[in-house]
Amino acid sequence: MSVNHSLRDRFESGLAAPICLTWEVTYACNLACRHCLSSSGVRDPRELTTDEAKAFLDEVAAMQIFYINIGGGEPTIRRDFFELVEYGLSRGIGIKFSTNGSRITPEVAQRLAGNDYLDVQISLDGADAATNDALRGEGSYDTAIRAMENLRDAGMTGFKISVVVTRHNVGQIDQLLALADSMNAELRLTRLRPSGRGVDVWDELRLSAADNRALYHWLMDHPTVLTGDSFFHLSALGDPLAGINLCGAGRVVCLIDPVGDVYACPFVIHEQFLAGSIRDGGFGHVWRDSELFRSLREPGSPGACASCGSYDACRGGCMAAKFFTGLELTDPDPECVFGHGETALAQRVSLGPRPSPDHSKRVTISSR
Amino acid sequence: MADQPDFAAHWSLHPSVSLRDESFGAMAYHHGNRRLVFLKSPLLVDVVRQLDDFESADAALDALVADEQRAALCRALETLTSSEIVRVG
Ligand code: SF4
Ligand code: SF4
Repeated sequence: MSVNHSLRDRFESGLAAPICLTWEVTYACNLACRHCLSSSGVRDPRELTTDEAKAFLDEVAAMQIFYINIGGGEPTIRRDFFELVEYGLSRGIGIKFSTNGSRITPEVAQRLAGNDYLDVQISLDGADAATNDALRGEGSYDTAIRAMENLRDAGMTGFKISVVVTRHNVGQIDQLLALADSMNAELRLTRLRPSGRGVDVWDELRLSAADNRALYHWLMDHPTVLTGDSFFHLSALGDPLAGINLCGAGRVVCLIDPVGDVYACPFVIHEQFLAGSIRDGGFGHVWRDSELFRSLREPGSPGACASCGSYDACRGGCMAAKFFTGLELTDPDPECVFGHGETALAQRVSLGPRPSPDHSKRVTISSR
Repeated sequence: MADQPDFAAHWSLHPSVSLRDESFGAMAYHHGNRRLVFLKSPLLVDVVRQLDDFESADAALDALVADEQRAALCRALETLTSSEIVRVG
């Protein structure tokens, strides 16, 4: 999808409904990935009930939101997960859900296959068990591969294999693409952001400047690889990558968390980006009227990027990446391709704020 | 070059497409090919919504669109057929 300028201005000022709505249905998870963006682990007892979840889906349908992305935690852990999926589908809502694959048995795969309105995204963070499991935990590679095989064998095509690109797997993207081909799936690469538990591993796992440059050219050469628009800060290197190329937080993107809180984006689970709760008058009210969203839809100030010739391509990058690394929102992206982010990082007065709330399991899982 | 679609045929919004009004026109989403498409004028949205009621695309354009806007509308409609938002025949 490429978008011309006047439309991008429309996006900046917000739409009648989000394009990319993520709904994390539970904070419970059977894994404990080191970079989990939502610090998931333990279920929040205040989780939306089945009735509340269905009322929310009714509103999604009424607002004519085309599709939603369901995540977590591990969403399939919710007992009513498939009931909610079926309910959403019956309302004409497209549903894509992200899973670590642990519950995608051959029987479940059969149920999922062959529905245009349903899509599945399996998380995998390396082309081999050693690379993947170092981040996602022992056995998680085999689990994910088995889920993919089950989906393929059930005849499902075009499901997604979603990879957070790190310094350890960036050299494996050709292999990951070959894996996706062999599973009749599509590869999706996304940016590692310092969100959730990711804040603790970001420095250790993030790409070097050279990696980022190589990745940009690889993405330009492989336009069918999906990115969720997450590498637009690299568009400053030349021709823009396909996508909207601006921070969509609160404009076209938002997150509903398991207790119904609405945040500007899945990567900014922090009270500063909390717009309201769907328990408080419904989602549409928050989307339209929240003060936070209104302010995010104002034309942004280019701040320290004002004199950059690539501002139009990069728009200063990702708000979440700046916020959780302790930069000002008007600073350049910490991974600014011209190195201005490194300069800003070196000058910051304090480290970034801690993500909140944290639903990590209390026991620390040794994962190194 | 793709063939020029047949404006003498009956056209309609594809059954897998959802259409949502926006201030600039509308957004359309095709649940089959997962394409998101922008309809950048209210007139285009109007025509697309009503195509099904006319026996042909030409008839819809005759009834709904002024002569001087027709060429632009035809081009916009053609792109909607290639993304399968609109179905011909
Ligand atoms: S200076 Fe700002 S706008 Fe320019 S490339 Fe860096 S982050 Fe992007
Ligand atoms: S904060 Fe970052 S991840 Fe969230 S919408 Fe903006 S650019 Fe995307």
